[in-house]
Amino acid sequence: MATTDTMGSSQEPPKVALLNDPKVRGLIVQLVLLAAILWLVWNMGVNAANNLAAAGIASGFGFLENTAGFGVNFSPFIDYAETSTYGTVYLVGLQNTLIVAVIGVFFATVIGFLVGVGRLSNNWIIRKISYGYVEILRNIPLLLQIFIWYKGVLAFLPGKREPMSLGIFGSIDVSAWTAPKGIPGEGFKFVIYTLIAAIVVSIFIGRWAKKRQMATGQQFPVFLTSLGLIILAPAIVFLALGSPLSWEYPEPGRFGLRGGAAIPPELIALTVALATYTASFIAEIVRAGILAINRGQTEASFALGLRSGPTLRLVIIPQALRVIIPPLTSQYLNLTKNSSLAVAIAYPDLTSVFAGTALNQTGQAVEILLMTMLTYLALSLLTSLFMNWYNSRMALVER
Amino acid sequence: MCNRTIEKAVLMKNKLVSAAIGAVVLGAASTAAGAATLDDVKAKGFVQCGVSQGLPGFSNPDSDGNWTGIDVDLCRGVAAAIFGDASKVKYTPLSAKERFTALQSGEIDMLSRNTTWTMSRDTTLGLNFAGVNYYDGQGFMVRKDLGVKSALELSGASVCTNTGTTTELNVADYFRANKMEYEIVAFEKADEVVAAYDAGRCDVYTTDQSGLYAQRLKLTNPADHMVLPEIISKEPLGPVVRQGDDQWFNIVKWTHFAMVNAEELGVSSANVEEMMGSDNPSIKRLLGTEGDFGTSLGLETNWAANIIKEVGNYGEVFAANVGPETPLEIERGANALWTKGGLQYAPPIR
Repeated sequence: MATTDTMGSSQEPPKVALLNDPKVRGLIVQLVLLAAILWLVWNMGVNAANNLAAAGIASGFGFLENTAGFGVNFSPFIDYAETSTYGTVYLVGLQNTLIVAVIGVFFATVIGFLVGVGRLSNNWIIRKISYGYVEILRNIPLLLQIFIWYKGVLAFLPGKREPMSLGIFGSIDVSAWTAPKGIPGEGFKFVIYTLIAAIVVSIFIGRWAKKRQMATGQQFPVFLTSLGLIILAPAIVFLALGSPLSWEYPEPGRFGLRGGAAIPPELIALTVALATYTASFIAEIVRAGILAINRGQTEASFALGLRSGPTLRLVIIPQALRVIIPPLTSQYLNLTKNSSLAVAIAYPDLTSVFAGTALNQTGQAVEILLMTMLTYLALSLLTSLFMNWYNSRMALVER
Repeated sequence: MCNRTIEKAVLMKNKLVSAAIGAVVLGAASTAAGAATLDDVKAKGFVQCGVSQGLPGFSNPDSDGNWTGIDVDLCRGVAAAIFGDASKVKYTPLSAKERFTALQSGEIDMLSRNTTWTMSRDTTLGLNFAGVNYYDGQGFMVRKDLGVKSALELSGASVCTNTGTTTELNVADYFRANKMEYEIVAFEKADEVVAAYDAGRCDVYTTDQSGLYAQRLKLTNPADHMVLPEIISKEPLGPVVRQGDDQWFNIVKWTHFAMVNAEELGVSSANVEEMMGSDNPSIKRLLGTEGDFGTSLGLETNWAANIIKEVGNYGEVFAANVGPETPLEIERGANALWTKGGLQYAPPIR
């Protein structure tokens, strides 16, 4: 025993042939594998291009510059007309997918947290309702739910020529939810700038207040101050500039309301279906996260004199989030990908207008499907990246 | 039963498109496009025909899953020409979106699915149109209580249609040209379009006029709806085959021409046996009692006689599927023979 020790420490490690060095060997194997994969992918691409050329099918990405020639009924942020290019169609589709995803994720999170906490409520009725919600919604296929919501929306809403008024929220009928549309006038951009500035200042106030509380123990009413700042500052600027905003009101025409801002019923049905469905999964994740926290944490917090509100907010949730965030990320990804079911109910998302209509008009299936797949992949990876960053911020910092 | 078949078909078609894309990428396409389709068809014993997911009068499954329609009869005609048996056809129901991919990949042998012949489809998709078996044009259907009498009064209307069709482009052109506003609501499946229009989501339903008559039958109250007089486009509908197989292209093309020629010469499924003894040289050449026209197609000499015996001439097919005696009640109009003021015209067999 002793002899081997001294031998090992006093001598250089034995010289090995380069080929037998495990490090070099591993590297070579991996390089060969990588080369093989690249070769395969390259060949698939060349083969596809050759086949398309041999079969007389157009290929390449030049079609993105061509005029699309068809209409899209919903594009709130991008100017779209029939004379736009297929490239614009792609952007419009992406925009509409993002709209559904963002609204859907927001509502799914809110409903999911409420139902998840409701599952653990001491109130029998709330507990049972939450239980029923989860079990019913997560066990029915999403496509059916989208259809049910869409048919329901169409059957429930009044006809185009007798819209139902929603007071200050405009009016709704079977073809759209219509509201007056604000048209920014001269100088309205300063109101937006003020709003952004107010939000930035609020973030700094929050940081400063936290630092001060850590140092001195004094609290500062951050929420009320920020709220006042974010609402009041832009309002003052708005009034000082003489209210630079005019409204375009929807006018009744022969075929119902025209003008104003309109949200199609397809968007409403799709968002509601996606949000409620995903919320049922999020509820279970939230419940699991809360149950994962030892009961002793709550008791210890009570013993320190915290009431149940701050206990939940300061002790339970921050710890539960560590368990919740990773599976929550998967649900966000699911929601974004599931939004492609929009094609069933005529909502013009990426799959519907780009991988649908544009594909059919150009016939360039390989290019368009490749672009669509890469887009969904990029969206998912970005969501993952963000959530991983948030997760690492929330993770237990070991000291 | 009917629903079951369609559901199955829908499941199949989803697989089909991915398979088709896979085939294009991995290299099966080159063999599919290059090989002699006729040999493949003879070897497997049936024609694989792409049809619609259900359009009455054109291609529609009945409650027993049997397909009927003017497009279906063209497929049956091809089968009759090859095998002497019109029943040797298998059908693949396809959405407007999937139809070309299915043909390009070799999943189907021919596409007979109320498909409009356009230049870009003919030149960029690697496909060939083999003729026109129905001259159609795009029209509009509205509720009668709107009081609209002309398509020019439709400014501000929302319009329901199918995605991935020429109708979507035509409607955009028409409204733009007439400086009218509109909202397009495009669904993937024809049944969804009908349901949404029926529910009042749209004021207008637009597609080929023949389709409007056919889909009107599916509405809750067909009598409350009317088809506007305007036709805003040329929609020559016809069968499609893959580019690069001229023999197969000829077979499909001449199957249609044989049916048109038969009508012109007065040969029908009822009198074809009798006509075999005719002295008229044109009829003799059509029925194969004189000359050797079938072999140049790679078929038997009695190829056309089989088509007429098993399926009928063009006039019979039209009358049985879409004519005035059927629920669709469509007049021959542009689809009458050229001798009767229509557009149906076939080159002579000689």
